[in-house]
Amino acid sequence: MKRWAGIVLVLTATGLLASPAPSTAKTEIQWWHAMTAVLGERVNEIAATFNASQNDYEVKAVYKGSYPDTLNAAIAAYRAKQPPHIVQVFEVGTQTMLSSGAVYPVFQLMKDHGIAVDWNDLIGPVKSYYSTGGNLSSMAFNSSTPILFYNKDLFKKAGLADKPPATWDEVEAMAKKLAGAGTKCGFSAAWPSWTLVENMHALHDQPFADQANGFDGLATRLQINGAFGVKMLELLQRGAREGWFVYNGRLNKAEANMGGGECGIFLSSSAYIGNLTRASEGKFVWGTGPLPRLSGYPQGSSIIGGATLWVMKGAKPEEYKGVAQFFKYLASTANQAWWAGVTGYLPLTNAAVKAMESSGHFQKNPQQRTAIDQMLGGKTTPNSQGIRLGNFVSIRDAIEEQMENIFSGKKTPKQGLDDAVAKSSEILKEFAALYR
Amino acid sequence: MKRFVFRNRWLPYALVAPQVAVTLAFFFWPAFDSLRLSLYRASPFGDRLIWAGLANFERLFRDPAYLRSALTSLVFSFVVTFAGLALALLLASLANAKIRGLAVYRSLLLWPYGIAPAIAGIIWLFIFHPSYGILPWLLSFVTAYQFNWFLKGWVAMTLIVMAAIWKQFGYNLAFYLAGLQAIEASVLEAASVDGAGPIRRFFAVTFPLLSPVTFFLFTLNMTFSFFDTFGLIHSVTQGGPGDATSILVYRAWKDGFEGLQLGFSAAQSVVLMALVIGLTAFQFRFAEKKVTY
Repeated sequence: MKRWAGIVLVLTATGLLASPAPSTAKTEIQWWHAMTAVLGERVNEIAATFNASQNDYEVKAVYKGSYPDTLNAAIAAYRAKQPPHIVQVFEVGTQTMLSSGAVYPVFQLMKDHGIAVDWNDLIGPVKSYYSTGGNLSSMAFNSSTPILFYNKDLFKKAGLADKPPATWDEVEAMAKKLAGAGTKCGFSAAWPSWTLVENMHALHDQPFADQANGFDGLATRLQINGAFGVKMLELLQRGAREGWFVYNGRLNKAEANMGGGECGIFLSSSAYIGNLTRASEGKFVWGTGPLPRLSGYPQGSSIIGGATLWVMKGAKPEEYKGVAQFFKYLASTANQAWWAGVTGYLPLTNAAVKAMESSGHFQKNPQQRTAIDQMLGGKTTPNSQGIRLGNFVSIRDAIEEQMENIFSGKKTPKQGLDDAVAKSSEILKEFAALYR
Repeated sequence: MKRFVFRNRWLPYALVAPQVAVTLAFFFWPAFDSLRLSLYRASPFGDRLIWAGLANFERLFRDPAYLRSALTSLVFSFVVTFAGLALALLLASLANAKIRGLAVYRSLLLWPYGIAPAIAGIIWLFIFHPSYGILPWLLSFVTAYQFNWFLKGWVAMTLIVMAAIWKQFGYNLAFYLAGLQAIEASVLEAASVDGAGPIRRFFAVTFPLLSPVTFFLFTLNMTFSFFDTFGLIHSVTQGGPGDATSILVYRAWKDGFEGLQLGFSAAQSVVLMALVIGLTAFQFRFAEKKVTY
């Protein structure tokens, strides 16, 4: 008898807990994302805070795997006519999404729901990368840009001053000194195509692809095998041969070497700050600097990486109302400043930069200042507004394949880059044939 | 053997129906869909489907990288299969000897099979990693040569081959061990009496008697190295450096699921399908004749 009473009690209790039933009346909004570890927790935090702030909508943040996995999941769901409302897509998927005919542009969504957003307050490179005709197609969310990291302990050991290299000449000289002092990897870089090819072209105002990097129409040909690209890769090939540049793999694999305290000078995303802070704790001290420049080329700007949030077609009007409300919340200065502060991603609006400045955030985290200064100090030109290519993932792959052939000495820089261009043209031609 | 005849005309069909349904749904349908898709340019979101005829195939065979990949796959599969089977047979013969603690050795040797290919890849990555792996560290005492598989294709290939062999090793061993134990002691004794030494006995008696097992394992290992090594490659080399470890199945996946070129990827699966059907048919046609049951 007693046992039964217990069970009844438990059942009633759970019933009571579950029963504030108006929650079932909430409109559910699916948000599919690719953020792992700490970043994933932050995403859940955003959803929870938004859900607690109002009673009409419930944002469900769902982790769907890597960026390509998330995109594939969204594609499959869309084809099965059950798309999520919001999906996070990495920057190389931008053209794919724009051409898909499956998205509800964000500026349109906000306009349709009468929510005024000052898009002009978005920092230049972010706005240019994700806008079409001045209108934002997807909601800017996590953007980063590559910066230079240096290991202060290794610098000291090699007898170098505590100052990051500002030019490639300095990178070479310092990396040689580091290697001479027994450093395993004088210089290395993560995301090889993004940091060493895409961003170097943009930073020096050199074209990456025709049609203004794909912004004026579908690009048909890469232009990375010009004098600048060849010069850049000649430098790196020489570095690999002489041992002061060590290639450590595609994606962010090289970060393991930097985090392990092996590399003196390193290029990676500004969003690496968080992980490097954790990896280096109690082991070594590091600093940051802007991307190194080659002398004799004009000033462009570094470009961004990361992802944006796309709204998919096929949902009900009241659900879109919720999405618009959620984006309004995301765009708020308070949320922008918080998100940038806890993740290391760029604050996306000038207002958020100001808010972080006035709260003294950068005094406490001077490393986070580097990327912002680099972005704001750059010049947005047709070559540095971003890169928009169909099937960009395959193209990046083709470039990195050839970078490996160049670094290992199998091909000359010119030959390797020519081959990458030829393969990319093929891929771009296919894309154009599909969306002509 | 007694011949069994069903009285009911429909019962036999009803009994095989579930199996046929499963095969149709999970094999024939996707296979025909790939076949269909390979003739189109298809957009990822399904809004565009443009007839392409044989353009996808033409693009494939014009691409020297694809032919290189085909060669890589064949070399990879043959090395993994031959080296893997030789090693398994050698160790199975040793494990078949009557020694103390035999049961323990046997179970330990079977372990790697229980490991998923991706995990096996990660384990070998730890051993081989240029900066934190133990093998490059040990080798650095012997030679100044840099075993950096981020840049050196042959090192990457060796790594993948070793991991694949190791992964499949337990499975091969189990079959060989069972095969060895099924061989009657009297046959081997008779050979001994006729004056054959251990090596002669192995090649004249044991190996021919094991031929059904070898044949089975050969087919299975070829398929394994052609398809199941995907996880291994994905977790370790991603097909690099350059395209040194980009085997056909990895390419098809990459172009389809990362590159979102669905028709092009489907064309690659069709080629793969044809290749495997051909290979299997060839094996059954020619190799099976040499097998004694």
